[in-house]
Amino acid sequence: MSKRIVAEDVNAYYGSAQAIAGVSLAIEPKSVTALIGPSGCGKSTFLRTLNRLHEVIPGARVEGKVLLDSEDLYGPGIDAVAVRRTIGMVFQRPNPFPTMSIRDNVASGLRLNGIKNKQVLDEAVERSLRGANLWNEVKDRLGKPGAGLSGGQQQRLCIARAIAVEPQVLLMDEPCSALDPISTLAIEDLMTELKERFTIVIVTHNMQQAARVSDRTGFFSLEATGEPGRLIEIDTTEKIFSNPSEKRTEDYITGRFG
Amino acid sequence: MSATILEQIPGLGDDTRRLHAPVRLALLALTVLVSLLLFAVTPLQGQADFVVFVVVAFAVVQTATSFALEGRRHALDRLLSLGVHLALLAAVVPLVSVLSYTVYKGVKKLDGQFLTHNLTGLGPLDTNGGEYHAIIGTLEQVLMATAIAVPLGLLVAIYITEYGTGWLVSAVRFVIDVMTGIPSIVAGLFIFAFWVIGLHRGYSGLAAAFSLTILMLPVVVRSSEEMIKLVPAELREASYALGLPKWKTILRVVLPTASAGITTGAMLAVARVTGETAPLLLTSFITPATNTDPLSGKQAAIPTFIFSQIGLGRPVNYDRAWAAALTLIALVLVLYISARLLTRRNTLSRR
Repeated sequence: MSKRIVAEDVNAYYGSAQAIAGVSLAIEPKSVTALIGPSGCGKSTFLRTLNRLHEVIPGARVEGKVLLDSEDLYGPGIDAVAVRRTIGMVFQRPNPFPTMSIRDNVASGLRLNGIKNKQVLDEAVERSLRGANLWNEVKDRLGKPGAGLSGGQQQRLCIARAIAVEPQVLLMDEPCSALDPISTLAIEDLMTELKERFTIVIVTHNMQQAARVSDRTGFFSLEATGEPGRLIEIDTTEKIFSNPSEKRTEDYITGRFG
Repeated sequence: MSATILEQIPGLGDDTRRLHAPVRLALLALTVLVSLLLFAVTPLQGQADFVVFVVVAFAVVQTATSFALEGRRHALDRLLSLGVHLALLAAVVPLVSVLSYTVYKGVKKLDGQFLTHNLTGLGPLDTNGGEYHAIIGTLEQVLMATAIAVPLGLLVAIYITEYGTGWLVSAVRFVIDVMTGIPSIVAGLFIFAFWVIGLHRGYSGLAAAFSLTILMLPVVVRSSEEMIKLVPAELREASYALGLPKWKTILRVVLPTASAGITTGAMLAVARVTGETAPLLLTSFITPATNTDPLSGKQAAIPTFIFSQIGLGRPVNYDRAWAAALTLIALVLVLYISARLLTRRNTLSRR
């Protein structure tokens, strides 16, 4: 259920502007990898290259290789839609489908991909909601609109929706930045549980969060505004936050820069 | 220093120096009285003149009083508030009076007999007869026009927002904008020349529906386009991230989210063409008989019914025209309300 990701010399562009340059790193299965760095350093862009969501933006393109186990996601004959089925994503702002009920939101990935068996769907809904620690809060109102939940519940609903399709990898783009501390804690606890089953990559601005939840941390930065972002270093979280190899990483995590 | 600041905050400052509602009512009453007096003793006259005079006088009196008591800022506030409220009144009064006058004039003739009979076999002085044939015609023509224009317009809007790129989109937008400006009689004339005469199809409800389609299409396209653009990019990305292809994202996420707005736009287009008269005169023409077949033969419609009745000029004709006008408004209202009820469950505003 969980695979290793290796990025080799990934470059991403928005039109003619290069957003990230030469990123190479490995993401270990069944672990949480956090990506930190100042705004505009390309960590979100890099995350979106991992499930080929970057290219959805008009004019955006990616160069380089992203290997899921040994398969290049950007190789010839690879369908971006199929890649996204394998790699789930949770976004910065909770974005449940406003026209769907809680149940339909969770089931949407399966149902819209052609699974119609009600029993299979119901089981997947319960399993995913339990997996997202939301089942007890919503089990009596599965038919109500997903948009009626609180922000933290909505975000866990989005996590349930993402894991319902049983992806290999779960990408999280600042999943707690729109949430209060208690909801944030709930999601962080959830991540610790989910890493038993999925490879998790999380982008965060919150260094305490990265220190709390991740096993490995990658630090992104950019030379100057307008320059592409680069991966400065990636190592175990403990090493990055106690004894980083690079001066710039130390400056950033001690608050002297960024 | 602190005292003057406190005075500027309502409820905290010097309350005796504010113009309270009873004071303002008294000012208004005084203005009306003085105006009545002036209209009685001077050559000033006329109801409309009186209303305008009172409004202007009250604006002057209130602003002056406010300026003296409350200061410049409050005086300006009162003047502008009065202006805003008058503007609201100026917008609402014509609307309400059109509606209420139509109801008042229309209910006289509007009964079961009027709704279930046509105008065949009637002499010019007969007061029975009805608009059954016109209701049938309008329903069929508008239904057909909607059935063509809404799917087509929605497809064009989807193309513009989701698929098209570059000059082709600009070209399509330009054509749609130009179509918005086509006078309705020109749309009718085009169908008349192309379909009725050119292809020898003759008058028919279908021809009328075609001309109405030309008028509906740009409205549907532009409103749907705006509504589709309002759907947040995050929802599309959420759908893509679940591994849904683009067409399914549009069909199952984007369109349902925008459905309330799209329906409203479509209903506005329907409301607009339901009252069109000019193109119908060239495409379905006028007939006193019921024609349920929209594919061939002259067919009546409510707007052309009103037009032809007014042209006859007798009191009974005016009554029929008013009753038909009321039916037309009611029809549009019923269509609008039912469409809103259908899409009420799925709205963006419930987020």
